[in-house]
Amino acid sequence: MQSADAIGGNVYDKPKMNYLTNGSTLKSWLLTKDHKRIALMYLISVSAFFMMGGLYAAAIRLELLTPNSDLMESGTYNKAFTQHGVLMIFFFLIPSIPAVLGNFLLPIMIGAKDLALPRINLLSLYFYWIGGGLALFALMQGGVDTGWTFYTPYSTTFSNTFVMAVGLGIFINGFSSILTGLNFIVTVHTMRAPGMTWFRLPLFVWAQYATSLVMILGTPVIAITILLLAIERVAHVGIFDPAIGGDPILFQHLFWFYSHPAVYIMILPGMGVISELISNFSRKKIFGYEFIAFSSIAIAVFGFLVWGHHMFVSGQSIYAGLVFSFLTMVVAVPSAIKMFNWTATLYKGSVSFDTPMLYAIGFMGLFLIGGLTGLFLGSIGLTVHLTDTYFVVAHFHYVMVGGQVIAYLGGIHYWWPKMTGKMYSEFWGKISAMLVFIGFNLTFFPQFILGYQGMPRRYASYPAELQVLNIFSTAGASVLGVGLVMPVVYMVHSLFYGKPAGDNPWMLPGLEWRTASPPPTENFEKMPVVTWEAYEFGEENGLDLEEAKRRDLAVVS
Amino acid sequence: MADRHPEHEHMEHDHMNIPKYLGIFMILVVGTILTYFAATVDLDFIFPGANTLLALLIAFTKMAFVMLFFMHVYWSPKLIWLSAIASFFWLAIMFAYTMQDYFTRGSGVFTG
Repeated sequence: MQSADAIGGNVYDKPKMNYLTNGSTLKSWLLTKDHKRIALMYLISVSAFFMMGGLYAAAIRLELLTPNSDLMESGTYNKAFTQHGVLMIFFFLIPSIPAVLGNFLLPIMIGAKDLALPRINLLSLYFYWIGGGLALFALMQGGVDTGWTFYTPYSTTFSNTFVMAVGLGIFINGFSSILTGLNFIVTVHTMRAPGMTWFRLPLFVWAQYATSLVMILGTPVIAITILLLAIERVAHVGIFDPAIGGDPILFQHLFWFYSHPAVYIMILPGMGVISELISNFSRKKIFGYEFIAFSSIAIAVFGFLVWGHHMFVSGQSIYAGLVFSFLTMVVAVPSAIKMFNWTATLYKGSVSFDTPMLYAIGFMGLFLIGGLTGLFLGSIGLTVHLTDTYFVVAHFHYVMVGGQVIAYLGGIHYWWPKMTGKMYSEFWGKISAMLVFIGFNLTFFPQFILGYQGMPRRYASYPAELQVLNIFSTAGASVLGVGLVMPVVYMVHSLFYGKPAGDNPWMLPGLEWRTASPPPTENFEKMPVVTWEAYEFGEENGLDLEEAKRRDLAVVS
Repeated sequence: MADRHPEHEHMEHDHMNIPKYLGIFMILVVGTILTYFAATVDLDFIFPGANTLLALLIAFTKMAFVMLFFMHVYWSPKLIWLSAIASFFWLAIMFAYTMQDYFTRGSGVFTG
């Protein structure tokens, strides 16, 4: 008998204590080395940052309801969109899936008791809190107005806001990313359960591994760039300022060397979540496992070679532009491989439309639009017309919100029963997923048209003939906002009043579904031995679905 | 699956001791002094930017000593070697693709 005990025929003894009940003092949380508790603290923290970033987004959309800058003046508007970007990108999008879902699930999915370096894991959370706290403090002192990209000379010669304080916050937060990435890589290499070979790893783990590579190879560069910025400002060493021998475009090279791969730090884990959802809710082995796994690695590698497509109109050499444009087309290939394989997985699958799957299907449509419009922007001629317009804003949000945030929400809904042991309301979950999808499209699709018509981003006012589409966009943002607040309500409600989820509410073969919900502190009562392939449905891997279904029904009732 | 075997630690013990650490430290100090004096001599007569190249070469050598001996990469498993080499490769990517912009700016048919 293999170790499919939790779901198979063998009924195991329920653990007396789970990770939530193993200590209830503040100290037991703040000094915990349990990856699951650290993940929960990350969940609360990134959600808080998401809400703050969302409030700035609401302010931006309200301002753009009318053509005149009547809600806030231009300087305030500059700060609003900068702070929206800083909070969302550095403190929500980058850490959310790796630090919350990755932290919670990666050790369980590979059959380990914890991450390889638990203390380093806790340290990364503290770095995140310190960096986030510093950035928030700077925002409260007066904020920053450079745009989230901190381009020179806005951040140097002409800076009159709290650039260095926010920069220091991002610098410290970068160490959190590096430590998380390092921890994941070491864990995957050294902590896999017996039988858990590389090609039996869930694709979520492959995606986290690829993301971790980007984190540890790219993040030091943004740290060094911020350091160089500080050196120039404090010591007047000519690095970016041409008046003292520097070059402002060098800042863009260094910034985008990290920040373009950072886009993959954000989206790759989301793709990992979607691979899990598509296969599991189609109840079918994923099509092209190896291709999806290696396409994650390919995205991580090629993602480092395309940063110059952010600089086509910056004064960058046209030859460099040609190279970057070509490589941008190349990096679309591994993303397309994933899309095709997901679609092939759905084909003739036994698809169920539970809430997480609604998010996964939404992801496929939205990421497709986001990805393809990226090719428009990567084309060296067309991009001249589209640069710095709302087309870029729409493209970016289709990838980041339509891709990453949707995947994150899908993942949270999917693993919530495992994390908490409680089931949320499927009815409200589906309503919320649909509101998010409709609200998102209503918000951002008009922005493609606005951008193509020439509306520039980062202005508080615009010509009156563009108002109708802006009203659509603001109305859509309201729907999106409602859709995003709803999960907070019904998920918190489920903590107190939700039905017990059972160990395997979705009837799935992955290792995380073969332990209790919520899991015990050491994840498994005994070391699992993996004798089945990833995404194998059926009895041959010890997965007696009928028996599991009967047992879980008994638990729920 | 632990990467670190007792033999490795034993080998490190055999290879490195306080005098050897001090020897490496002296090499680093000499490298720093050499960097200073190299900066005082104008080497542009060889080719423009020769001073920068020399300074980078000395820095690279010093860094190699730090990594190999202070950070014990020399006695580490192949995976650690791979990680170290990959980091340099990525640094090389950053330099190469940035410099392709600087070297070709305003040249050829696109002189504008």
